Amino acid sequence: MHTDAALYKQLATIRQFEETVLDAFPKGAFYGTTHTYIGQEANAAGVLAHLNDGDIVFSNHRCHGHFLAYGGDARALFAELMGKATGVCGGIGGSQHLHWKSFYSNGVLGSTAPIAVGAALAEKRKGSQAVTVLFLGDGAMGEGVVYESLNIASLWAAPILFVVENNHIAQTTPTELAMAGSLAGRFTAFNIPAVELDSSDVREINTAAKQEFAQLRAAPGPRTLILHTARFGPHSKGDDTRDPAFIEQLRAIRDPLAIHGARLQAAERATIDAEVNSAIAAAYTKAAADPLP
Amino acid sequence: MTSVLESLNRGLHAAFADERVYLIGEDLLDPYGGAFKVSRGLSSQYPDRVWTSPVSEAAIAGVGAGMALRGLRPVVELMFGDFSTLIADQLINSITKFPAMFNGAANVPVVIRTPMGGRRGYGPTHSQTLEKLYLGVPGLRVLAPNTLSEPGELLRRAILEQNVPVLFIENKVLYPKQILDSAALADFEIQVSPGEFAPTHTLRLKGAPAPRLTLTAYGYMADLAREALTQLAFQHELFCELVVPTQLAPLPAAGTLEPALQDSLQRSGRLLTVEEGTYSLGWGAEQLARAAQQLGGRLQAARRVAAAEAPIPAARNLEDAALPSVEDIVSAAREMV
Repeated sequence: MHTDAALYKQLATIRQFEETVLDAFPKGAFYGTTHTYIGQEANAAGVLAHLNDGDIVFSNHRCHGHFLAYGGDARALFAELMGKATGVCGGIGGSQHLHWKSFYSNGVLGSTAPIAVGAALAEKRKGSQAVTVLFLGDGAMGEGVVYESLNIASLWAAPILFVVENNHIAQTTPTELAMAGSLAGRFTAFNIPAVELDSSDVREINTAAKQEFAQLRAAPGPRTLILHTARFGPHSKGDDTRDPAFIEQLRAIRDPLAIHGARLQAAERATIDAEVNSAIAAAYTKAAADPLP
Repeated sequence: MTSVLESLNRGLHAAFADERVYLIGEDLLDPYGGAFKVSRGLSSQYPDRVWTSPVSEAAIAGVGAGMALRGLRPVVELMFGDFSTLIADQLINSITKFPAMFNGAANVPVVIRTPMGGRRGYGPTHSQTLEKLYLGVPGLRVLAPNTLSEPGELLRRAILEQNVPVLFIENKVLYPKQILDSAALADFEIQVSPGEFAPTHTLRLKGAPAPRLTLTAYGYMADLAREALTQLAFQHELFCELVVPTQLAPLPAAGTLEPALQDSLQRSGRLLTVEEGTYSLGWGAEQLARAAQQLGGRLQAARRVAAAEAPIPAARNLEDAALPSVEDIVSAAREMV
């Protein structure tokens, strides 16, 4: 379990990274597109705090936060977004397609589900004790291959934790226009236990995740953690169709940095903020100076 | 004598000597042993490593990919090649992309095996020849065994010796055919491409004059083309060479022909391609385009024999009419010279 200060530092690192990305995009620093994690930081920080060495993470198009919480390097991630040789994948993958150690992401929603299940089964067969975490968004829940994968994960007792981040909007489509029935029911129908949490508090998420990991390691078989969350940023760069007042309201009540930061002494929080801002700025500057592939 | 089916079954058994090898697919368990019996006996001998799956082609392809990413050597069996469309996303957007997009830091050595092709009366959704849809997908090796060499050995090597994803196309009419031994091929002089992972065979009748036409075909079509070559020689005194690749993709560097095909065309100057896939925009078209690029004005004639551009009918006479026949090959060849 990370300390409050360590968890806050992760939240701040992800936030600062993503805000730098959104600030720099219009200046032409990056090529292509990106999907930021602003507002959802507590999910990555709370869940991935429980990884052991060798555990596997499969992420999606909104992967920067997961990557940084996994321990990925901010400079290498900036460089990847800039298409630099020093990027996580040498500039070939770009924002959505990362692989480092046992972290993998891909850009097709839900497509990673069977691959993550296969990775989990492979580790089980190899007797490695590693577990696999798969991050899915609410948008991915429309894809049929996800349900094929849940069926197989349950039948074959894959040691995998499905983490659904329901930010209530898939690109511009509200979840209520895309999802029938119950989100948890989609997992429990396959005999996969599902715990639901509606929180932006990293401590709460961390505690819930701790229990999930403990059970997963004790009795390997799929489990699900459904995290209802809020995205403050656009889907990609500037395509938010929501009322700005609504987003302000979300920020006022659901900001993980505000919620958790309030637990720290003001001076400590300021010190961490300053450290993080300086580290991210340095990472950006170095990445910008890095060579092209 | 060994049939293609027996050879493939032996190849799988041989591969299972390596504990990293797993087989995933529908209805694999003994006594059934898979719809075409290629997997027979494996689940009895290796019950922990043969996983009979739900009807979930996309998921089992993805599961295979995940296992391969993590160091195992999975084989995924699709019951019919027609269902390869269900795994297209896994194949095109993950399995073949990971090695390059992760900058060489990930391998996905999964072998996806599937029966393909018609002539069994199975109708429009169980008779197609769809591999051309996957030719040209970067990072994918497409193999098609034939009766000229051991299909099982090719399969064993594809599973164990390579770090690339493989789509392994088994024409279902080939399963009962015998692998041709030297007696069966006594009339032919045969060259095999040296040093290649997947062999290419060049056949000509012993003592025949210089060839006036090169036929090229793969899989079961190679059997029909060989029969056509014999008829053309003995009934029409038109002497040909036949080039039979087992690797359909990737091809050599952009624009170049496979060396065996290039060599044969230097001798014959005419190319007739034969395939069971539909006529347009396919394997034969690519071979002809490369022949035109490499030979230029020295290419005197070029044609394709292929399936009709329509769903494969169930009725026997209509199915026969839709698919290439020996007569189609003979008549096309005669019109070219």
